[in-house]
Amino acid sequence: MPPSEGYECDMFPDYVAMYYKRIFPYNQYFRWLSYGQDLKQCFQKREFCFTLADDVYVRFLSFKDQEDMEAEIKKRCPHKIDIGAIYNFRPKDHKTVTVFSPRSKELVFDIDMTDYDEIRICCSGAEICNKCWKYMTIAVKVLDLALRQDYGFKHILWVYSGRRGIHCWVCDASARMLSQAARSAVAEYLQVVKGGDDTNKKVTLPFKLHPSIKRAETIAKKYFTEVVLEDQDMLGTPERWKKFLKHIPDQGLQDTLDKLMPQCSNSSQRWNIIQSEVTKAINKGDKKSLKKNLLTEIILQYTYPRLDINVTKGLNHLLKSPFSIHPKTGRVCVCFNPQKADEFNPMNVPLVSQLLDEINAYDGEKSENMEEYKKTSMKECMVLFDSFLASLARENNVQKAEENDKRLEF
Amino acid sequence: MAPQSVSHIDMYESTPPLYLLPSLTNTSTLPQRTLVRMEFGGRRALRRKRIQAEASYSSGLQFYKEPPTGNVSLTEFDEMAFERLKVLRAVERLNLSGYIKNSEEWITKLYEEFAKNKFFIILAEKNTKSNTDEVQKARRQDHVSHFILRLAYCRTEELRRWFIAHETDLFKARFLQATRIGSDIRNFLAINNLHYTSVPFIDALELVRQRKVFLKQGYAYVPETDLATLVTSSFRSKLSHDMTTTCRALPELDSDERLVNLLHDFDQRYTGKDYSSKKHGDTCRITPDMIDTLANKSFPPCMRQLNDTLRTTHHLKYNGRVIYGLFLKAAGLNLEDALFFWRSHFLKNMDVDTFDKRYSYGIRYNYGKEGKKTDFSPYGCIKIIMGNIAPGDVHGCPFKHSDVAILRQRLVAYKVSNQVIDEIMELVNKRHYQIACQRYWESIHGVPIDAGINHPNQFFEESQKFLNGGVQPSQGKKQSEVKTTPTFMYSSQSSTQSSTQSSTQPSTQPSGGNTMTVSEEIDMYFDDDIEAAMLEQNSCRED
Repeated sequence: MPPSEGYECDMFPDYVAMYYKRIFPYNQYFRWLSYGQDLKQCFQKREFCFTLADDVYVRFLSFKDQEDMEAEIKKRCPHKIDIGAIYNFRPKDHKTVTVFSPRSKELVFDIDMTDYDEIRICCSGAEICNKCWKYMTIAVKVLDLALRQDYGFKHILWVYSGRRGIHCWVCDASARMLSQAARSAVAEYLQVVKGGDDTNKKVTLPFKLHPSIKRAETIAKKYFTEVVLEDQDMLGTPERWKKFLKHIPDQGLQDTLDKLMPQCSNSSQRWNIIQSEVTKAINKGDKKSLKKNLLTEIILQYTYPRLDINVTKGLNHLLKSPFSIHPKTGRVCVCFNPQKADEFNPMNVPLVSQLLDEINAYDGEKSENMEEYKKTSMKECMVLFDSFLASLARENNVQKAEENDKRLEF
Repeated sequence: MAPQSVSHIDMYESTPPLYLLPSLTNTSTLPQRTLVRMEFGGRRALRRKRIQAEASYSSGLQFYKEPPTGNVSLTEFDEMAFERLKVLRAVERLNLSGYIKNSEEWITKLYEEFAKNKFFIILAEKNTKSNTDEVQKARRQDHVSHFILRLAYCRTEELRRWFIAHETDLFKARFLQATRIGSDIRNFLAINNLHYTSVPFIDALELVRQRKVFLKQGYAYVPETDLATLVTSSFRSKLSHDMTTTCRALPELDSDERLVNLLHDFDQRYTGKDYSSKKHGDTCRITPDMIDTLANKSFPPCMRQLNDTLRTTHHLKYNGRVIYGLFLKAAGLNLEDALFFWRSHFLKNMDVDTFDKRYSYGIRYNYGKEGKKTDFSPYGCIKIIMGNIAPGDVHGCPFKHSDVAILRQRLVAYKVSNQVIDEIMELVNKRHYQIACQRYWESIHGVPIDAGINHPNQFFEESQKFLNGGVQPSQGKKQSEVKTTPTFMYSSQSSTQSSTQSSTQPSTQPSGGNTMTVSEEIDMYFDDDIEAAMLEQNSCRED
């Protein structure tokens, strides 16, 4: 990743200040979080958290309305903004009440590239590049489809986390009302790669594959060769193929394959051999430890989204806000289209420092009266956000109508 | 107490419902066979005609939808409640025994316990063709005792949780038993209007969690074979809802001495130490310089593993820090020493400022010095076993979470003999993780220990006790902690007033983690559904 122009940069506070004065899309942001509801019920009880200079966290902030929120953000120019839950009382009053508990929140998912360190050779830790980013593409496709098809969710916002991952915000009303237990169940339904450093084989599947697993496998297979075998060359060296072969629970077969590996010249060939030998052995049926879905398990271990399920489970978990800036990289947390996940390039995400230049460049040529972000490379993502808001608004209206009906009925 | 001559006080028409009898505060002055009218309804119920005969119970299983009516003597009241409590405790003990819940083994053992004690359950579930009166009586006892305990256990969140969890376990066991021996489940289902085809996914969370149902557009399509899980789920949510309603409707239960006395008597339940707020002088103190040695001698494998990782990499991820931190706290490491200890490791990777900014808060939080200032209890075995392990984590129960080969390697490194390693692997294969841990304890100390291992700090304390005093480790069943204040009732696994720290906490990881959380008033980890599902996960394995 190119040198960051974020936290370490002296100018960062100035950039942030300028960003929140001129660019941050307050109107749309507010439209999103108010969900078309009475402010008292919804927006005013939402928790925000600001991270100011020197890692000072300010929690339990809440605002009266858009104007109030805008004023506060412009005044403080937070280096980072997190969004929390909607509580039973205004978060800023939380010390005055005995029972302060979260009532609702979007269903969220967080995928972090560091969880893929064991299956990428191009980068590690906080670094990312276009090669390993493809894992994120796979993750977006698998999850987005699962959320829409299995759960019927429709209002899903995918956001770049600013450095090395992605966040998913499911904003349907039904999703926001999910209990902790339900979030936990959804998270575990979607989690397939399990286990820590001490677990070699992280994917174990039953004899009968669940349709969502089959679907994930179909998607994964499209990327497996390019990402796992070519880009990450997971069978390229003896060290790597030995590690790979450890996923086969039969020592005899492992050894056989190990001997065959050097005969091939690249990862793809090796994978072909592995596939055919494993299939042969399974069909033979004399080794109980070799189960029917072993190859699927291996493929998924190398491709299936690795979720941080604690983020999903917690009803009061704070998560970085869309359109916030990542303090370490200076990148804007832009939203992107899951249907076009292949085209999303994290290296091209606007830097807060470049936005001002873009505005000046634009004004230099023509002078138009419009929202400033439209003069920048943030324009596209705002178009996407607008259409997200439009369909959300339709659901909000339906909700409101239903509630009004209920009140009339009593 | 010998029954005295019948002094039948007809408390029917002239008396208000049970909970509104403030004048009867001194029960010892009442003749033993005073009849107590049970009326769980409200004013409207009072106006109902007197129902003499009990309704007939057509099924051995009950959903406890309607409260019972009729009369019951105080003695019966007492006895029925006590017997049911014993039933629930039998369930609780079995849960801690290491057998997989809801497995055939588990259910058989449970019913053996019922038969040994001649609990009403055996009779109640008999086929109605024979001994009808006896059977009906047992079923009525089932019905009545459930509702009596509802009254007793609805008063606080802790009580409710314990009751709901164990009643649900009992129900599921009975449902499975009935299915197993071929009783007419369909009858039971029909009476209770339970039909299943497709349900909104939130009504089938256990099945969703394990990917055992097909989901489409938010609906779960349930096969009949998974009926037990769904029905139990219904049972649990209904009971949970009813308990809250009961509690609200009966505000004066606290002052009803009859109930208070009742609970006082059988409040001497096994609670199990939860190792929270140690009193000084109670245990030894440990200091940072002792930790590495202690780790090898007296720590259970889960904690030893965490310490080993800390020693080699000088870092632990969030959950590891929480679990290990709380364990050390309960083992006797005070806050100042804890800060020193963690700092000494972490400074190998960062400067003091970063440590102070990012990690010291979390440590003080564990000791109840920050945030909502709760003195958190360390995790017990079940919680660790059930915890989630993600790439990069090293917390967890090694007997469950480590690959077999790695576990074996580790045991060899810990100098466990091959024979014992084989025994342990056998136990691990059968998923008896806690019993495996017990074998490990026995192997490194060279003596047997009868008490099962159900808490890492218990492992440590027994070890220290033995090594320092030569005292024989705990024999027989667990020690019961007698808590005689009526308002304090603990569930043996969940925590007490001090809530167990859930995994959501201010994260002190570098900001790339992007997330922060807060602990809340209602203990998230022990939400009924989660706890039950967590414990049930053990029984329903994929494959």
